Amino acid sequence: MKLAVWTYEGPPHVGAMRVATGMRDLHMVLHAPQGDTYADLLFTMIERRDHRPPVSYTTFQARDLGADTAGLFMQSARDAHERFKPEALLVTASCTAELIQDDPGGLAETMGLPVPVIPLELPSYQRKENFGCDEAFLQLCRALARPMERTARVTCNILGPTALGFRHRDDLQEITGLLSEMGIEVNVAAPMGASPSDIARMGQAHFNVLLYPETAESAARWLERDHGQPFTKTIPIGAIATRAFIEEVRALSGSTLPVDESRLRMPWWAASVDSTYLTGKRVFLFGDGTHVMAAAKVARDEMGFEVCGMGCYNREQARPLRALAKEFGLTALITDDYLEVERAIEEAAPEMILGTQMERHIGKRLGIPCAVISAPVHVQDFPARFSPQMGFEGANVLFDTWVHPLVMGLEEHLLAMFREDFEFHDEAGPSHHGHKAQIRDLGVPVAPAAAAEGGSTPPTAALPSADNVIWLTCAERELKKIPFFVRGKARRNTEKFASEKGLHEISVDTLYEAKAHYAR
Amino acid sequence: MTSLPQNGCRTTPVLRERGQREVFCGLTGIIWLHRKMQDAFFLVVGSRTCAHLLQSAAGVMIFAEPRFGTAILEEKDLAGMADANAELDREVARLLERRPDIRQLFLVGSCPSEVIKLDLSRAAERLSAIHGPAVRVLNFSGSGIETTFTEGEDACLASMVPALPKTQEKELLMVGALPDVVEDQALDLLAQIGVGPVRCLPAKRAELDPAIGPNTRYALTQPFLGDTHAALQRRGAQIINAPFPFGAEGTTLWLKAVAAEFGIGPEKVDEVVAAPRARAEKAIAAAASTLKGKRIFFMPDSQLEIPLARFLTRECGMEAIEISTPYLHTDIHGPELDLIAQGPVISEGQDVDLQLDRVRASRPDLTVCGLGLANPLEAEGLATKWAIELVFTPVHFFEQAGDLAGLFARPLRRRAILAAQHPNRMEAAE
Repeated sequence: MKLAVWTYEGPPHVGAMRVATGMRDLHMVLHAPQGDTYADLLFTMIERRDHRPPVSYTTFQARDLGADTAGLFMQSARDAHERFKPEALLVTASCTAELIQDDPGGLAETMGLPVPVIPLELPSYQRKENFGCDEAFLQLCRALARPMERTARVTCNILGPTALGFRHRDDLQEITGLLSEMGIEVNVAAPMGASPSDIARMGQAHFNVLLYPETAESAARWLERDHGQPFTKTIPIGAIATRAFIEEVRALSGSTLPVDESRLRMPWWAASVDSTYLTGKRVFLFGDGTHVMAAAKVARDEMGFEVCGMGCYNREQARPLRALAKEFGLTALITDDYLEVERAIEEAAPEMILGTQMERHIGKRLGIPCAVISAPVHVQDFPARFSPQMGFEGANVLFDTWVHPLVMGLEEHLLAMFREDFEFHDEAGPSHHGHKAQIRDLGVPVAPAAAAEGGSTPPTAALPSADNVIWLTCAERELKKIPFFVRGKARRNTEKFASEKGLHEISVDTLYEAKAHYAR
Repeated sequence: MTSLPQNGCRTTPVLRERGQREVFCGLTGIIWLHRKMQDAFFLVVGSRTCAHLLQSAAGVMIFAEPRFGTAILEEKDLAGMADANAELDREVARLLERRPDIRQLFLVGSCPSEVIKLDLSRAAERLSAIHGPAVRVLNFSGSGIETTFTEGEDACLASMVPALPKTQEKELLMVGALPDVVEDQALDLLAQIGVGPVRCLPAKRAELDPAIGPNTRYALTQPFLGDTHAALQRRGAQIINAPFPFGAEGTTLWLKAVAAEFGIGPEKVDEVVAAPRARAEKAIAAAASTLKGKRIFFMPDSQLEIPLARFLTRECGMEAIEISTPYLHTDIHGPELDLIAQGPVISEGQDVDLQLDRVRASRPDLTVCGLGLANPLEAEGLATKWAIELVFTPVHFFEQAGDLAGLFARPLRRRAILAAQHPNRMEAAE
């Protein structure tokens, strides 16, 4: 038993729904109680889908438990087939139905439905949403993909985009365009937009492009083994990775057509002098493994940030992420505990977070700007405009999205120069954001005695600190002049420095000596 | 105001359906209950699905650490490798240590905890003995195999009733979690009329909990509190039957019924409510101009459907095609059904595909439904009102009556504004 306040991933059957909802002419029968229908609104509200997800819930109730829940399942499967006439049927159980062990797969098999029925085993008490996507797509491929002759021209399949995926809609469009420029046609893109009969002809492609290991790596490996289709390993996020992806595709396809880079603006936007202020900004990354690993490289090599922490919530990606973190001189944080992530961010005191919607909330609490780079998704992650993360346009989008939450260059200098301006100060937030600026109360609380003596002695309050090191009033006031997003770090560093030096009081000098000591 | 219909809907044969339901489970009530009871924590004992539901139903996450959480059952709890009770005790101890401000802890049962027969009432007794009297531990079920959406609040309040202290005082108990602004308005009106003392269930904090006895008279403010009603009756308290305080008419009738029980005549009520009632009628009229003559279809969701249909047909001039509710409590909904003129289909339960067939066949001007159905129906050219907004918005009593009507008028007004460029403009132009 583990206490969860917020979760990064839903249960595995929601992953299977993401696959089914992305597809056409497929229906899913989910053995589940009535409350599980909440999952429909994820798709119709967050993604603004104009159709109900193709899912029938058996809706068993307490009074059915002693009676015939198996009969209820079979009735639902029959009704669903009759009403929706799908090309294939996925059948599975949610967490509660798993406990009553009706075996939807076995039941459906006995019914003799005239379409392929694909049972899914989704262990709800061990695995999570991404596993559900990956497993559902794998089983669809195994059940439906037939050995076929390769197309005459070089074609590929695109694997991974699902319903409710972070920018999957736009990534698919961007990468399809990129491949087309290289003279490579897409045979099937799946799950998103594919029908079961499309899955059946996936074997015609010469190779596969794997966009999201979270949702389709098992299928890619199976297709490689059983259909002899190699798959791409580079995730084309950022300009450098997109170029590497193009090289990988060239090696797999033999394509020699040039790719037009004229619409790629990001490298110049990052190199132009206006971006100097981005240098060495300390960023903390958290999200799914794939997006975090790609973003870490972009942050360091293409934006000039310093990565001060990284982690992911999906254990499946723990190993490669740990290896990459090590390369960055960091220890990866692998957890799905939101509070643990919050503590790690507080400790690292970054100047910006690249995270999920959860980290956006953490950032709001801690006063740290945040840009969203990964699922779990929110209605804001489905913009009306074209906004991919992948390919050259994706690189442009990353630049804009990551810079937007920050205070701009010259504005930042002014803040640093005149920190005590009452209406233009760091807690007021970036001036290009809409919220109301907080007018700061300038009255720094100082005890009368201390004020009379120029604030040097005695201390106004013993601030809680390690080893009872005491902050003198003047040092405390000086600390407040440090931008708020690094203030916590400065406080801790100074206290550490003081206790290492055996000092019991922190003066303004101690503060600046510590600053020099820890200067990077 | 329209007069009483000659033939109300109380005797209308009810269409009972059973099939796929498109509704939330009772856990959803935690979203508003944890804001209402400021010293309570709701610990769901369930699965990752429960945690995901609470997060998704909340829509946007609540900024502060919320006063609810899910103890997620894992493989080892189910396989008997871990004693689920020992695990629960450990999680509760850890939680209470981190949140010393918590005075009431609700252990909330879920579908998985019900199926594995984890006895949360015994767990609550055991934990009360450990953490009491500082913390009171209660339990109720919000599971989807037993409760639908607002029934979660009912189960929660019903679980509190046996633990309430005894009294012989003649007091009014107002039952149902109302938004603070609404509760204050109601208390003010009752004070002006001369009804008192008045207590509320649930109270904002544990120490304000009401006492109950044979002289307690209680009035429900929400139509979904069937189990709480039964629990209060078992404590000897007596119900005041009335329509619910939605709209000018409903609020007036509710206040008059309460006043009569305290020996105060209708003239006094009329005198006190004259000004707020006139304001409410004026505000309703503004929205009613949009709603008049429009046809409305209620899918089953919050159990507010019957009182709202009464309000919309009698005070806003709408025509109801079908009024559907997850459960029909004849004794609670009876006074409402008496006021609704015969005509609409009254249905209980749901087979969502069959019901959607009826929606498509009758093409109502407005369909009240859950969030899973709203955009798909809009895409078919049918205007919708999300039912969940009705439990997340202050809608009771006089000052909110106009807002309540406005909730239904807004989708129609919006559709009219956007008609020229709506993706379904052919249908929208009808």
